[in-house]
Amino acid sequence: MTAGLHELAVHGAEWTTKELFTYPNEFVYWTIQIVMYPYITGLVAGAFVLSSLYHVFGQEELKDIAKFALVFSLALLIVAPMPLLFHLQQPMRNWEVMFTPHFTSAIAAFGMVYSFYMAIVVGEIWFVYRKFFIEKAIALKEAKGMYNRILGMVYKALTLGSYDLSEKAVHTDHKIIKFLAALGIPVACFLHGYAGFIFGSVKANALWMTPLMPVIFIMSAIVSGIALCMLTDIIIMEWQKFRIKHTRKKAKISAEEVAGAEIDVVRKSAKYLVGAMIAALVLELVDLIFRGYTAMKSWDILRHVIYDMDFTKIFIMQYGIGNLLPFILLLMPKLTVKRAALATTLVLFGVFMMRWNVVIGGQAFSNSFAGYMHYHLPIIPHNAETFKEGVLGALFMGALPFVLFYFFNKIIPAIKYIKPVDNQ
Amino acid sequence: MKLTRRDLLITFVKGAALSALPMSAYKILSPSEVHAALKESNIRWGFIVDTDKCVGCGFCVKACKLENEVPYDVEVSRTWVERYIIMKDGRTMIDTPHAGRDGFTTQSVRGADVNPKNIAKAFFVPKLCNQCENPPCVQVCPVGATYQTPEGVVLVDRSWCIGCGYCIMSCPYGARFFHPVHKVAEKCTFCYHRLVKGMKTACVDACPFGARQVGNLKDQNDPVTKQVLTQRVAVLKDSFGTKPQVYYIGLDENVR
Repeated sequence: MTAGLHELAVHGAEWTTKELFTYPNEFVYWTIQIVMYPYITGLVAGAFVLSSLYHVFGQEELKDIAKFALVFSLALLIVAPMPLLFHLQQPMRNWEVMFTPHFTSAIAAFGMVYSFYMAIVVGEIWFVYRKFFIEKAIALKEAKGMYNRILGMVYKALTLGSYDLSEKAVHTDHKIIKFLAALGIPVACFLHGYAGFIFGSVKANALWMTPLMPVIFIMSAIVSGIALCMLTDIIIMEWQKFRIKHTRKKAKISAEEVAGAEIDVVRKSAKYLVGAMIAALVLELVDLIFRGYTAMKSWDILRHVIYDMDFTKIFIMQYGIGNLLPFILLLMPKLTVKRAALATTLVLFGVFMMRWNVVIGGQAFSNSFAGYMHYHLPIIPHNAETFKEGVLGALFMGALPFVLFYFFNKIIPAIKYIKPVDNQ
Repeated sequence: MKLTRRDLLITFVKGAALSALPMSAYKILSPSEVHAALKESNIRWGFIVDTDKCVGCGFCVKACKLENEVPYDVEVSRTWVERYIIMKDGRTMIDTPHAGRDGFTTQSVRGADVNPKNIAKAFFVPKLCNQCENPPCVQVCPVGATYQTPEGVVLVDRSWCIGCGYCIMSCPYGARFFHPVHKVAEKCTFCYHRLVKGMKTACVDACPFGARQVGNLKDQNDPVTKQVLTQRVAVLKDSFGTKPQVYYIGLDENVR
C-alpha cells in the first residue's frame, strides 16, 4: 500500500547528513530561515534603540540617523515574521498563531508583542512626520497631474484629518514622540528577548537552554541594529556626495558639508556600537565558560561541537572576523568612514554567524549525545523547499527590507540631506 | 471638518472599545475549568518495554508503519528499535538501521564489522513516544494543535498544526517528525484509535515475545500496572522533568 510513496522525502533529509548514532527522526529541521528570523528581528530592535537614543536621550549627533533608523525599523519589522512564513510546513495556517494562540508557547506571544511594537513604531513615525504630512497635503491640494493628485490624497489620508499645527500641538507631538520612543525601548528588547526565549527555553536542547539566551539575543540585536544603520547611512551619504560631485546643477549643500556631517554621525554611533559589542561578547563568554566549568552531561558533546566541528564558524568567523577585527578597526584612533564601513560590515557578518551558530549549531548534535548532524545549505534550488529554505530564500529575505524602505522613503523621506526637511 | 487632537484620541479610544466588544464573546478558560469540563478519566494509558525480551526483529516497527500509514521506506518512524553493543574496552556502539524495521541481521554497525569476541554485552531497546505526564511538546505548540487526551495520550490535530517544528525541537526523545505526506508534526499515538476500541496497539500485537505491553495505569489489576508497581522499572531521561509513562524493565545505563 505504500509502494507508491517510495520517492517521498522527509523534511530535513535533503540537507542533513548524519554521523555516528542519531535517533531516526532527528534532522536539521530549523534551517536558514530560522537564522534569518532572529537576525532581522534583532536588526529591528537595534535600529529602534538607536533612534530612541536621539528622541529620548537627546543625542543631537544622532538626529539624522535617528529618523532614518526609525523608518528603516518599520521596513525591517514588516519583514521580520516572513522568514517564519517561508519555514512553516503549512504556511497558509500562519494566522492561527495570531488568532488561536496557545499561551504556554513562547511563539504564541509573538502576535501580541509584534502588534504592540508595530503600533508603537507606526505611531512614532506618524507623530514625527505629522507636520510634514500636513504641509505636503496642503501644498498638493491644488496640484495638477495624476501623480501629484494621488500623492496629495495619500498625504491627506496620512494626516488622519488633523491639521493642527499650533505651537502647543507641535509641543505635544514632541512629548508623545519622546514617550513612544521611551516605551519602545523595553518593548523592542522584549520583542527580541522573547526571540531568545524561544531558543533558551527548549530544555531538550543542550546548547540552547540557558537563561542568558534572551539577554545575549538583546545585546547582539543592538549591536547588529546599530551596525546596519551606520552602514546604510554611510552608503546613502556616499551616494549623496557622489551625486553632488557629478551634477551640473548647484546643490544646496556641498559634498564637504555632507562628509563633515557623515563622519560626526559615524564616530558618535561607533561609540555606542563598541559598548554594545563589549556587553554582547561578555555575556556570550560567560555562557561558554560556565558550560565548560560546570561540565554537565551534555558538555562532552557540546565541547566537540564548539571546539572541533564548528571551531571555524565560532572562533574564526564569529569571534575573530565578526568581533575582534571590527573591534580593533573601530577603536584605532582617527576613525575614517571607509574603516567604519568595513567594520560595520564585519559586525553584521559576525552577528549573522552568531545566529547561525546558535540555530544550526544547536542541531549539530543528536539528543542521544552519541552522534552528529551536518547541515548543507541548499544553494541551487530544485524545488520550492530548497528555494524557501536555501540561500536564495535567505537573500530574498535580506533584500526585502531595503526594497520596502525604498518605497517608504518616497512617502516619508527619511534620507534627504540635499533638501533637508526638519520636523523636529 | 476641524478635528482636534483631543477629538482624534477620543475617537481612537471609542473605536478600540467598540472593536473589543466582540472579543467579550470569547471566554478564557483556566486549565482547571477545562479539566473539570472534560471530566477526569479513569484511564491512564501506560506502556512497558521489557528490554530483556526484545530480540530486535523489527516486527513492531513494520506493524506501526503499516497501521499508521507512515511511508514505509522513509527514515522517520513513530517507533524504532535501537541496538546497543558495549565492547570490552568500554566503547559503546549504537545503531538503528531503517529505524530497526528489517531487524538486525548483520554483525556490522554502520558498515564496520564488530568482532563478537570483543563484545561485553549487547541488547535491543525499543523506543516510542513516552506520552509524558508533563509533555514539553504540548507546552510549546503555538496554536494548541497538539494536546493531551484525558487518558494521557498526546495527539496532534492534523488540520490545525502549522508545521513550525517547535514540538519536534522540544522533545528530548526524538519521538516527533514531520509526516512526509501530511506535512504536519507526527508522533506515536499509542494507536489511540485502536485503544478506544478495546484493542492493543499495533506494535504490542506484532511483538512475538511480549516485550511490549500497553495498559491502564489507573487500574491496579492491570498486568502492566502490576509490573510497574512490583518490578524494578526505569524511565528515559527523567532529568528533563517530563514524567514519561513508558516504563523499561532492564534499562542499561548506556541507553540514551
